Amino acid sequence: MLTLSLILIPLIAGVITLITKNNSAKQLALIGAAIELALAVVIYAQFQPTAAQQFGFSYPWIQSAGISFAGGIDGISLLLVMLTAFLTPLIVLSTFRQPYKNASTFYALILFMQSALMGVFTATDAFLFYLFFEAALIPVYFLAAVWGGEDRIKVTFKFFVYTIFGSLFMLVALVYLYYQTTSAQGHISEISAFYKLALDAQKQGWIFWAFFIAFAIKMPVFPFHTWQPDTYTESPTPATMLLAGIMLKMGVYGVIRFVLPIVPLGLQTWGTTAIVLSVIGIVYGSIIAIQQRDMKRLIAYSSFAHVGLMAAGVFSQTLSGVQGALIQMLAHGINVVGLFFIIEIIFSRTKTRNIEQLGGITQRTPHLTVYFMILMLGSVALPLTNGFVGEFLLLRGVYEFNIWLGAVAGTTIILGAVYMLRLFQKSMFGGKSTFTEHFADLSFSERAVLVPLVIMVFWMGLYPNSFLKLTEPAVSNLLQMIHY
Amino acid sequence: MLPIILLSILGLLVLFLGFQKSKNLLLPATLLVLVLALIANFANWNDAPSLYFKGMLFENKLTMAFSGIVLLSALLIAALTRGFIDDEAAQPAEYYAIMLFSLVGAIMMIGYENLLMLFVGVEILSVSMYVLTGSDKRNLRSNEAALKYLLMGSFATGIMLFGMALLYGATGSFNLMALKSYVLTNPSPSAMMYVGMLMLLIGMLFKVSAAPFHFWTPDVYDGAPTVFTAFMSTIVKTAGFAAIYRLLSGSFSGAYTFWWSTLAGITVLTLVAGNITAVYQNSFKRMMAYSSISHAGYLLLSLTALSSQSQDAIVFYSLAYSLATISAFGVLMIVGKETGVRSHEVSENFNVFNGLGKKNPLLAFVLTVSMLSLAGIPLTAGFWGKFFVFSSVVERGLTWILIVAVLMSAVGIYYYFKAVIAAYMREGEAGTIKVPQFYRLVLIATTIITLFFGLLPDLLKGLV
Repeated sequence: MLTLSLILIPLIAGVITLITKNNSAKQLALIGAAIELALAVVIYAQFQPTAAQQFGFSYPWIQSAGISFAGGIDGISLLLVMLTAFLTPLIVLSTFRQPYKNASTFYALILFMQSALMGVFTATDAFLFYLFFEAALIPVYFLAAVWGGEDRIKVTFKFFVYTIFGSLFMLVALVYLYYQTTSAQGHISEISAFYKLALDAQKQGWIFWAFFIAFAIKMPVFPFHTWQPDTYTESPTPATMLLAGIMLKMGVYGVIRFVLPIVPLGLQTWGTTAIVLSVIGIVYGSIIAIQQRDMKRLIAYSSFAHVGLMAAGVFSQTLSGVQGALIQMLAHGINVVGLFFIIEIIFSRTKTRNIEQLGGITQRTPHLTVYFMILMLGSVALPLTNGFVGEFLLLRGVYEFNIWLGAVAGTTIILGAVYMLRLFQKSMFGGKSTFTEHFADLSFSERAVLVPLVIMVFWMGLYPNSFLKLTEPAVSNLLQMIHY
Repeated sequence: MLPIILLSILGLLVLFLGFQKSKNLLLPATLLVLVLALIANFANWNDAPSLYFKGMLFENKLTMAFSGIVLLSALLIAALTRGFIDDEAAQPAEYYAIMLFSLVGAIMMIGYENLLMLFVGVEILSVSMYVLTGSDKRNLRSNEAALKYLLMGSFATGIMLFGMALLYGATGSFNLMALKSYVLTNPSPSAMMYVGMLMLLIGMLFKVSAAPFHFWTPDVYDGAPTVFTAFMSTIVKTAGFAAIYRLLSGSFSGAYTFWWSTLAGITVLTLVAGNITAVYQNSFKRMMAYSSISHAGYLLLSLTALSSQSQDAIVFYSLAYSLATISAFGVLMIVGKETGVRSHEVSENFNVFNGLGKKNPLLAFVLTVSMLSLAGIPLTAGFWGKFFVFSSVVERGLTWILIVAVLMSAVGIYYYFKAVIAAYMREGEAGTIKVPQFYRLVLIATTIITLFFGLLPDLLKGLV
């Protein structure tokens, strides 16, 4: 029941927000997201760190096709559920100073998005997963395409068609797998039933690619990333936060949930290719990020580089790789949302995102400087911050898989420091420019967003075990299935 | 068989109602006839399958389901005509009567048990369509479309008739059951049989606008008055596919190895031609014409597979497609009229929808749902339609065609979303659009049913 409520509460809150007209929309949305967070905390408290699915629910839905409305939470799901529940209220809160036209629709879409994301992370029926996977796309598409920047129509359209194109391949793979299952009641579409299929290597190769294309576009992995920088840049910041902070994780989650256990033989054949592509993405994304002037674009490319490392870690099929990817998903979500928010704060005051035109902000706002610094260092993976744990485990995973790939992937630490420090230095230090002359200090609502994020940066950096131990049983259980 | 009788007799009465000075009674009368026919159609739902008229017509749940879709579509479209009050040159009594008569043809095509009945049904439906296409008498494009349709259609009918004659020559019967037993009992049938089968199929495929027999479709759809375009693209298609399905699954299932490769080729060609060409259209109406070709492709996909899922898939897909198409044309009719863009002077481009989200949120929503359904996005009926079709193909194991179909549905999303983008993201002229009450009812009904079956497809799927 708790899991079902996770999906339903944002949906209901969204509908209420949509019906009530604009005045109180943001408060309503915040209340809805806060209730959801409270529920997620309850689940976190009751969760037993074992490999089993917990808080499960299952209702027959489309019986003739064997599809049920079924969900549950294991360690892997829990982490992402927590991330979604934690970030959404902050994303809503981050918009409080910014008036959006048609506010009720705007906030309702954010809540619908949250509902769909919760569905993705908790579904235990393959087709239900697919439905939520697609359903998550529609609210964020409209958020980006209606409230976005100048070039929004073209950019978001590319994003939309690109991602749907990818997930259609996943649909084919799912239908195919569904027809391979057998049970007393005919075919079944539970994800765990797919785990028991032992298809031959060639078929697994095909299915691997069908899944890979879907998830690689979503993450994105090189060379499927071309939609990403433009979409992140043109979207309104809340939508960018949803995309980079949470939606990107749908891809990584999908790989962990589907690719690893269902097509281990396919992974044996094609895993190296996938890791090489991911590692190319790390280096390529980092180098482009170094060249960027637009802050939002810079973070977009950095996000592309980071997710490359996560993908490489997962495809390495090692415990530390997958664990690292999970913890890094959490860390990256927190850092990237914080960074995008800081960019939005700077943009709303100076009307520019070009780092050449900024500078000297630190003299005006010591508070902002400190928060920015901490989030930046978290993103650079300094020890004792959240980024370090994840990157360390991920690099270890890739290293275990192949030393040379590990070495190339390791450049992310150096390159990451280069572009992040460059961003920080050019925007915060130096002389004041005409844009930054009158820079107001942080407001209460802005601090309310940044403080929890910063707390999480330290919590995860100092005591990562509180998260790692949650996921470990589920991950090692998953990996045992592969290395039988 | 009650609907056929009802539609014929009451259709005549509607025709005679036209002698009255006041034309106000015509629309309610037509709607009443259609409602009666719909009730009559489902009246003996629970009866065992049975034959009528000395074994010429057949009725079971499948034919009733198809007839139901056809009658429901006709009811919705008839409500969208609003008595043709906007067009002074219109002759509503004739139009309504022809619409009702054409449905007789459609139901005969669905329930035929004898090839002669199929032929008669196809002709009744086609001739009615030729007339309705040209009903905008003073419009050159409408005339051209009607003439084109008539000429091309006659050729197709000729080929079809020739095919039937050859089949008769080979088997000695027009009866579906006799054909079936001939195919099953003769391991090596004569060439005459095969040629006849192919010619009959070609004739039918022309009617449902499968490539490469689709060239008439865009011009005819574009030239015909929009309401009749909606009529053509839903009713003719549903009836046509019902006819082909009954032919292939009933009579010719024994010869699957012979015809499946031909049909597979036609399917791929239809999918590719329909979808790719639709991308390049600036006119919404022409896009819908190509989209109807592409949907014919998906339906053919399920026919090519002919697995245990196919029947459900085709019924569900026909319904989902018909509803979404009626919504789309309904919105186009209102918006086209209100913005002063008449098909007579300017083509109905995508930009008629510009700013619709502001001008009328309801219409924009209806349009969006219908486009999402046609594109096959989850939680609409169209998604499940595609899902069931794809399932039927996977069951048969025709993966390579499925990959083409998947690629083409991705292309489909591109052109359907052009309308959604225009409605929500492009700026249009200021002002609001008023929606007449009847339209509102029809559009809300189609949208709700589309969403309803998007959530609970099972309700329909288990029925037939």
